[in-house]
Amino acid sequence: MDVSNINKLFNQDLSAVNLGLESFAENLRNEGVKAVQVQWKPPAGGNKEIAELLDKLDTIRKKVDVDAANKKAAEIINNGKPTVIDISTAGKAIPGMRKNLVLHAGPPVEWERMSGPTRGAVIGGLVYEGLASSYEEAEKMAASGEIDFEPCHHHSTVGPMAGIVTYSMPVWVLENKAYGNKAYATLNEGLGKVLRYGAYGDEVLERLKWMESDLAPILKKALDLHGELDMKNIIAQILQMGDEGHNRNRAGTSIIIRELAPYLVQLDEPKEKIVKVFEFLNANDHFFLNLSMPSAKCIIDAAAGIEGSTIVTTMARNGTDFGIRMSCTGDQWFTAPAPKVEGLYLPGYTEDDAALDIGDSTITETVGIGGFAMAAAPAIVKFVGGTPKDALNVTTRMYEITETENKIFQIPALDFRGTPTGIDILKIIETGILPAVNTGIAHKTPGIGMVGAGLVKPPEKCFNDAFKAFVEKYS
Amino acid sequence: MKRVLVEKDSYYDSVFLMLINREVQQIEGVTDAVVSMGTDVNVTLLKETGLADSEIEGVTPNDLIVAVEGESEEVVEAAIAKAKELLDKKSSSEDEGENYKPSSLEGALKVSPDANLAIISLPGEFAPREVKKALNKGLHVMLFSDNVSVESEIELKNIAKEKGLLMMGPDCGTAIINGKPLCFANVVRPGDIGVVGASGTGLQEITCAIEKFGGGITQGIGTGGRDLKNAAIGGTMMLMGIEALKNDDATKVIVVVSKPPADEVAVKVIDALRKTGKPSVIHFIGMEPGEQEGNLYFAGNLEEASGMAVALSKGEKYEKRTYTIDRAEIDAIIERETKNMSAKQKYIRGLYTGGTLADEALIMFDREIGGIYSNNQSKEEFIPPDPNKSIKHTIVDLGDDVYTVGRPHPMIDPSTREDRIKIEAEDEEMAVMLLDIVLGYGSHPDPAGAILDSLKDAKKKAESRGGYLSIVTSITGTEGDFQSIHETKNKLESIGCVVMPSNYQASTLALEIMRKVEK
Repeated sequence: MDVSNINKLFNQDLSAVNLGLESFAENLRNEGVKAVQVQWKPPAGGNKEIAELLDKLDTIRKKVDVDAANKKAAEIINNGKPTVIDISTAGKAIPGMRKNLVLHAGPPVEWERMSGPTRGAVIGGLVYEGLASSYEEAEKMAASGEIDFEPCHHHSTVGPMAGIVTYSMPVWVLENKAYGNKAYATLNEGLGKVLRYGAYGDEVLERLKWMESDLAPILKKALDLHGELDMKNIIAQILQMGDEGHNRNRAGTSIIIRELAPYLVQLDEPKEKIVKVFEFLNANDHFFLNLSMPSAKCIIDAAAGIEGSTIVTTMARNGTDFGIRMSCTGDQWFTAPAPKVEGLYLPGYTEDDAALDIGDSTITETVGIGGFAMAAAPAIVKFVGGTPKDALNVTTRMYEITETENKIFQIPALDFRGTPTGIDILKIIETGILPAVNTGIAHKTPGIGMVGAGLVKPPEKCFNDAFKAFVEKYS
Repeated sequence: MKRVLVEKDSYYDSVFLMLINREVQQIEGVTDAVVSMGTDVNVTLLKETGLADSEIEGVTPNDLIVAVEGESEEVVEAAIAKAKELLDKKSSSEDEGENYKPSSLEGALKVSPDANLAIISLPGEFAPREVKKALNKGLHVMLFSDNVSVESEIELKNIAKEKGLLMMGPDCGTAIINGKPLCFANVVRPGDIGVVGASGTGLQEITCAIEKFGGGITQGIGTGGRDLKNAAIGGTMMLMGIEALKNDDATKVIVVVSKPPADEVAVKVIDALRKTGKPSVIHFIGMEPGEQEGNLYFAGNLEEASGMAVALSKGEKYEKRTYTIDRAEIDAIIERETKNMSAKQKYIRGLYTGGTLADEALIMFDREIGGIYSNNQSKEEFIPPDPNKSIKHTIVDLGDDVYTVGRPHPMIDPSTREDRIKIEAEDEEMAVMLLDIVLGYGSHPDPAGAILDSLKDAKKKAESRGGYLSIVTSITGTEGDFQSIHETKNKLESIGCVVMPSNYQASTLALEIMRKVEK
C-alpha cells in the first residue's frame, strides 16, 4: 500500500479548499491555515434532469476524448489570426448572398416572430436596396414570403443588434490566416438613429447610401495602400488600452484611424470627402465593433464541428431568441427566449422601452473578449454594474468555464493573464456559471435606436439543451 | 397571514439556513416559518404544512424559499425583513474585501494552486461528485457530509487508495492534520501520538485527554463511521492511516479507536498495527479489552486509550484506574448528590450531543444495569418508539438523524438539547441527568451557557417536587479551545452540576449514583 502522498501531506503546510459550511474555512484561517471558500451551487443550476446526465459523463469520456477535443478547439481559437484583407460588398463577397436575401442577427427567425428592431431594420434594408419603394411596401413585402431571411451566422457573417445585411451593403472582408476561413461584417453606422437599432427613416438610408458611395470606397483605397490589418495584434493592443471590444471600442476605433490616416490623406479624393470620412470615424466610438466582431467570428469558425468538443462556437440573439451553437454539433442551434438586459438607461428611457436582448455582438464573448475581458475595461464598469473590482471578478469567474487562456489577448490588471478562452458547455453545467455578456439595449419600437447598455444573463436552457444533445450524441 | 418569497438562483448552505430559520421562528407573533432551499423534500414539506403552495411551483434546489405565517401583516413583513437581513449578512461578509470567491473546485485550484486538502460538507447527494473531482486533482479529502451511500463510499475510497490519498469520511466530523483542527476538533498540543479514529467525538475525547495527561499528538485521522463496521469498505482508510503513521517518523505511538469492527476487518487492523512495530493502543468501543500482546495494548474506554498512549509515549507504566479523583472525594460527591433525592426518582437520563460519548455511556449502563432505552440501542426493543420521550433509563444521542431533521447538529445549535432538557425536567422519576459538553472548533461558542438556564430550571423543578436532580457532566475540550474550558466548568459548577474529568468518569460516577439510588 503506497501512502507516500499522505506522508507528504504531513510535511506540508495545510492549504484547504472548503465546499459547504463556511465556518470550517474561517476556523482554519483562525489557526493560520490558508483556506479558500468555494461559493458552491448545485450543478446545472439545480436542474435535476441535467444533473443526472452529468453522471453519464464518465462513460461518455471513455467513448470520446472530450478533453482532447476541447483542447484542440481551444488551440484553434488561440492560433486564430484574423486579418482584414478587403472592403467589398455583401453581394460580391458573402457566399450565398443574393438580392432577395436579408441576413439578420441571432438564430433563425421568421418575419412573424421578429422583434421590433429587427423588423424596422428589415424594412429599412428593403427600401435601401431598392426592392421596395416605400416603408409600407417593404413591410408587406417582408411578410409576403418574397424575401428570404437567414442568420448572418449561416454566411460567415456577424451583425451587431438587428444585424441586417443586404446585397449592396459594403462589408469588411476578413481572413483567418491560420486556417483560411473568412468572415464578414458591415461597416458600423455610428450612434443615434441607425439601421441596426431598427431605425429606418430617410436620414438612416442617406447615411447608408453615403457609406456605400463614399465611405467604403475611400476606406478600401486607404486599406489597399496600407495593406492587410492584423486584427489579432490590434485586439491585443486595445485590451491594454481600456477596451474590451464589445461595449468599449474607443481605443480600437482610434487605432484604426491611426493606421489608415497616413493613407487616407494620400488619396486622390476631394478634401471634403476625406474630411467627412475622418469626421465620421472620429464621431463613432463603436466603429471598431464591426471589426472586433468579424475578427471573433473568423477565429471561432475554425473551431466549429470538432468531434467530441463541447466548446461554444456561437452565442447570438435576434431580439426574439437567444441561440448558441456547440462545436461537436456543428450547425445545430440551441435556443431559448431572449432575456431582458439588466442595465443603465440613457436619459428619458426606462426598462419599459427596452427590446429584448439582440445582436451577434456576443461573438466577442464567445472568443473571450467583450464581457469576458471586463477586467480590461475599467472605464465602463459603471455601465455594466459596479466597481473595477467587480470587473476583475467577472473576468476571473469566466476562467472557471473556459478551457484555456489566450496567449495574445492579455489583461494588464490581471498581471497580463490571457483572456478566458474557449467556453466549455460542460464547465457551465457543472459550475452553474453562465457566460458574462454585456451589451447595448435597443428601443423595442423600430426606428428609435439605442436606449442603454448593461448585462445579460444568457438563458440556462440553451446550455442545458446543448449538453443534452451532447450526451445523446455520445451515449 | 402568510407570505412566501422565492429568490431564484440564491444558493445557501443548509446549516446556515437552519440557523436563520430558527431566528425567524423565534420572532414574536410568527406562528410558522421556513427558510430553505427549494429541494423536492422541502417543497413537499411546505405544501403538506400548507405554508406555501402555488408560489413554489417550479422552484429548484438552487432557489431560496422564505415562507412565513404570522399573526399580522406587520409581523410577517418584519419576519421576512429579518430573514433578508440575516441572509445578507452572509453575503456582505463574503464580499468583505470584495475578493474573488471561486464557484467551483477547479476555480479554487486556480486561486490556490498549492491546495492539498478539500473539506466537503455539501448535501450528501452532491458531495460524491465533488469528492471524486478533488481526489482526481490529487487533493486529500475530508468528507463531512452524511447521507452518502455505501457504494459511493467504496468507490471514493478505492480512488483514494489507488492515489494514496486521504478520504476521511463520509460523515467524518473530526480530524487534526498537521496539528490543525478540521471541522469539529480541538486545539491539541503537538506531540508524538498519532490517532486514527472511526468516530468523531471519540477522536475529540481521546485527543483532549492526551493533552490533559501531558501528551501531544502528531495527527488525528478520521475515517468515517462505517470504515471498519462495514466489511465491504473493509477499513480501507483505517489501514491507510495506520500505514501513514507507521511511516511517519514524528509518530512514536499509535492509537486506534472505533466502534466494534467487522471481524475480518478487526483482524486486518490488528495485524497492520502489529506490523508497525510502534506501540499501539486499540480501543473498540464496547468491547472487552484484550491482553497486551507485543506492541499492542487494548484500552477499555476512551480515556484509558489516551492514558495508555501518553504512558507509552513517556516510557512510563500505565496504572489502571477508574477515577483520577480521590475515592474519598467521589464518595462525598455521591453522598451529596443522593441525600436529597425523593423515593420517586429512579432513572438515569443521558442527553448527549456526541454520538460516541453517548455510546460509551449507553454500553456501560446497559452492561451494568441493563434495559437502557436509546436511539443508539442495538437491541431493537429498547429503541424508544417516540424518540422525544424517555422511557425509564434512557440515554440518547441527540446528534442522530432522528433528532436533526431540519435542525443543525446539537453541537452547533444547543436548542435541540435545551428543548429536551425542558421535557425531562417535568419528569419526577428522573434521578440523574448525564451530559457531555463538547468544546472546540465547529461547536457552539458557549455550549454550557446555552443550556444553563434550562438545567437550573430542571434542578429547581425537582426541588419543588421535594427531590433533588443530580446533573453529572464532563467537558471534552482543551486549554487551547476558543470556548474557555475554565469558564465552561465554572458555569456548570455554579448551578451545582458535577463536572468530571472525562466522559468515562462522568458515566461511572452517574452509574454509582444510580446504584445508590436503587438500594
